[in-house]
Amino acid sequence: MKLLGFLIVLITGAVLIWATGEFPDWGDPGSPASVHVSPRYIEKTLEETSVPNAVTSVLADYRGFDTMFETTVIFAAGISCFMLLRLFGKERPETLHYRHLLTGLTIRVRRRKQSPEQLEEFEPMDSLWTPHDLILRTLCRFLIPFIQLFALYVIAHGHHSPGGGFQGGVILGASLILLAISQDMQSALKRIPERTLAMLAALGVSVYAGTGALCLVMGSNFLDYAALAGLFRVDPVEARSLGIFLVEVGVGIAVMATMILIYHNLASEGRLDEGL
Amino acid sequence: MEQILDVIIAKYNYWIYITLMMIGLFGVIAKNNLVKKIVGMSIFQTAIILFFVSMGMKRGATIPIVMHDHGAHGPIQAVDYINPLPHVLMLTAIVVAVSTLGVALALAVKVYKKYGTLEEDEILEQIRKS
Amino acid sequence: MTDHLPAFIVAVPLLTAFLVFALGWLRRELCFPVGLLGLGLAAWSCVGLLLEVLGSGPVTYRLGGWEAPWGIEYFVDTLNGMVLAAISVSAFIHWIWSAPAVKLQFQDRLGAIYGLQLLFVTGLLGMTITGDAFNLYVLLEIASITAYALIAMGEQRAALSSLNYVFMGTVGACFYLLGVGYLYIMTGTLNMADLARLLTGLHGSRAIQVAFVITMVGLWLKMAFFPLHGWLPNAYSHAPSPVSALIAPLMTKVMVYVMIRIDLYVFGPAYSFQKLGMDRAVVWLAVIAVIMGSIMALAQKNLKRMLTYVILVEVGYMVGGFWLGNRSGMTGAILHLLNDVFMTLGAFMAVGNLLYRLPGCSFGELRDVFSKMPFSMGALVATALSIVGVPPTCGFFSKWYLLLGALEAGQYGFLIALIFSSLISVVLFFRVFEGAFFRAQTHENAHHQPDHTMEEAPVQMVVPLLVVAAGLVALGIFSAEIVSTIVEPVIPPAFF
Repeated sequence: MKLLGFLIVLITGAVLIWATGEFPDWGDPGSPASVHVSPRYIEKTLEETSVPNAVTSVLADYRGFDTMFETTVIFAAGISCFMLLRLFGKERPETLHYRHLLTGLTIRVRRRKQSPEQLEEFEPMDSLWTPHDLILRTLCRFLIPFIQLFALYVIAHGHHSPGGGFQGGVILGASLILLAISQDMQSALKRIPERTLAMLAALGVSVYAGTGALCLVMGSNFLDYAALAGLFRVDPVEARSLGIFLVEVGVGIAVMATMILIYHNLASEGRLDEGL
Repeated sequence: MEQILDVIIAKYNYWIYITLMMIGLFGVIAKNNLVKKIVGMSIFQTAIILFFVSMGMKRGATIPIVMHDHGAHGPIQAVDYINPLPHVLMLTAIVVAVSTLGVALALAVKVYKKYGTLEEDEILEQIRKS
Repeated sequence: MTDHLPAFIVAVPLLTAFLVFALGWLRRELCFPVGLLGLGLAAWSCVGLLLEVLGSGPVTYRLGGWEAPWGIEYFVDTLNGMVLAAISVSAFIHWIWSAPAVKLQFQDRLGAIYGLQLLFVTGLLGMTITGDAFNLYVLLEIASITAYALIAMGEQRAALSSLNYVFMGTVGACFYLLGVGYLYIMTGTLNMADLARLLTGLHGSRAIQVAFVITMVGLWLKMAFFPLHGWLPNAYSHAPSPVSALIAPLMTKVMVYVMIRIDLYVFGPAYSFQKLGMDRAVVWLAVIAVIMGSIMALAQKNLKRMLTYVILVEVGYMVGGFWLGNRSGMTGAILHLLNDVFMTLGAFMAVGNLLYRLPGCSFGELRDVFSKMPFSMGALVATALSIVGVPPTCGFFSKWYLLLGALEAGQYGFLIALIFSSLISVVLFFRVFEGAFFRAQTHENAHHQPDHTMEEAPVQMVVPLLVVAAGLVALGIFSAEIVSTIVEPVIPPAFF
């Protein structure tokens, strides 16, 4: 297998290298890729969409349809991880562990005997849980709001600087994943329960596709944001910019929720207990 | 000699991506451990991203965010900005790669739960026995 | 309203998928009717669009209102109009049929599985309708990722088979993407029509040649064409039966469609067939695919697993027929694509019905099943006749065109492979029915009274299956009309 694989790799690589001889030189401004389609994006982006960042305008407007499916891909991955891994109350272990909320002490209880579930000071947890570092917890607690603020900036400022829905959504998701790592998954789930995450993921992609459908309802082509001009009471070019912002927000929500959903299911093997 | 050097300087980016891609492909084909295969798959996808991004490069150009504030720059010239299209395409490809990675890892977790190992030959041994 | 039909086709199932996933958390019992409505609307738009295309010629649709090479464009002619109609109609039938089994097996994750099924269909519809090479890649990945997840929901080895499919599928999709990258770096565009225009000037280029080869290798990996078929039998046979009845008929056929689209409408017939001269080699590969697939099918002892090898044979038919490079062969391949969607759908639905009642479908477990489930087995007989190629079922007509094409092209190897595999499939299905029917008779003779109580699957699962079986005959009866109105116009005049 190793030898066969090596041969396949060698032949494929040789063929690919053989073809590179005809490629334009690296960084050649006159290469076909740079002169045929793309100049319009750079030269007209400001005039047609009023978005100076050409990557954002191409991503969310000229080729906005691709991006809608890009969001759908990540949504599909989120549901896939959920569907594959999530366990619903099955396979619960014989002994349960509880934590005393005030002191952080852990107790182990046999099932169906003197379960402290009625008591409010205890919460259920899993056996692999280890006490966390105080410094780490505190530091992360301080950091998370700033990370989230930065994420919102990245989403909102995507028109003028590198950024946008995907990047901002990932940062937003990372902040909550950091919470789950530094504290534990239960406290992250208390902030945003699983059900809310699933709803947000569906909502985010629906905002994108719904914006497209709204354009259709307004009598224009699918995803033609210029149709929203009447709705926002602005001129069509400005409407494109607003449409782009709307879908970026949708993308941000969907990516954030999906990232957390994937992390929760992967890290706890679908049990959604304490994680890691 | 000069000519060869010229060719290398002009085209080395393609060769790097091909080398990287072949490392990934070899990992997918020949590795025994499923997680190593997944890593190989990721390298393979990343190599393609590298290829696309490198083709958007233009010498002497800057990032494709049009300068517009003070109006003193004259008409917008396409040669001043790198090609945005490959970047957009690769943003999509990155997301696809992440999604595939997520699903593949979820499957690996499922496989591990079932067989208690991630070595392919051990799993096949178990299947043969049952 | 009708101007926007192409947008509906993809947008409606997509939005329905999100809605259904959300409903899975809120009102679980609404998932099925909402999905039914969405797929029904999609099927209605597809059929409407096909009729429109038949009436007034190819339709284009600009997404986002941007003109072609800058924005993404939809392009619909009768070829993909036909494929779209086939996908959406079969997905609609499958939705009704699969509901009882899905409810039984996946009660706790209904929203997720229904949502993924809808996304899978959306991906296939989008791949078929799009006129943009990169957009096709994104939709291909949607269809693939959902397929990986759905397949892995099966029992036993499903997760491992699915992971194997992930590796092969990702490599295939990446090869396709790399091919698109090569085309982009040489031409600077991603739109298929624009690519076709620019490529006419680049016929001698070796970068384009490599782009062609790696695109084809990627697509062959995805459609499980010999020798890149390793992932398919395991993945499809270990998948849960409601899922395999959706994925098995559609995925490989859509990939065949994409191959036809790329070869004829991007690279152009002159390049694909005359310039490269790899057509003979591909036909020989198809010959091996057909023969190996038949032999491996013969070695199986499980009905579902045997059918997965039949899929490999059918892929061999279509690829081989297409690469014969003449009008009859191409007609046969395109017609077979349509017929095979419904043949495979019928076969896997019948197996799903059997598995709904029986513990498994190895030949030993199928004893006496004719008297227990007469309708399901009757439909299976009809699909088997079609797969073998008995008139008036549709399988006969497409095979006839393929035979003609092989004769005209002088490819006697392919001719022999076609006849050989037809004979093998007679044996294959005879073994199944012999076990399921005649063995019951001998039992009776031995005073071993088997109970003749009917244990047919629920009505909701039987009626759609019978509709598909009747559809196979209808497609056969109307095949002359289908060829003259749908298939003929899309074959370029270069093939006389």
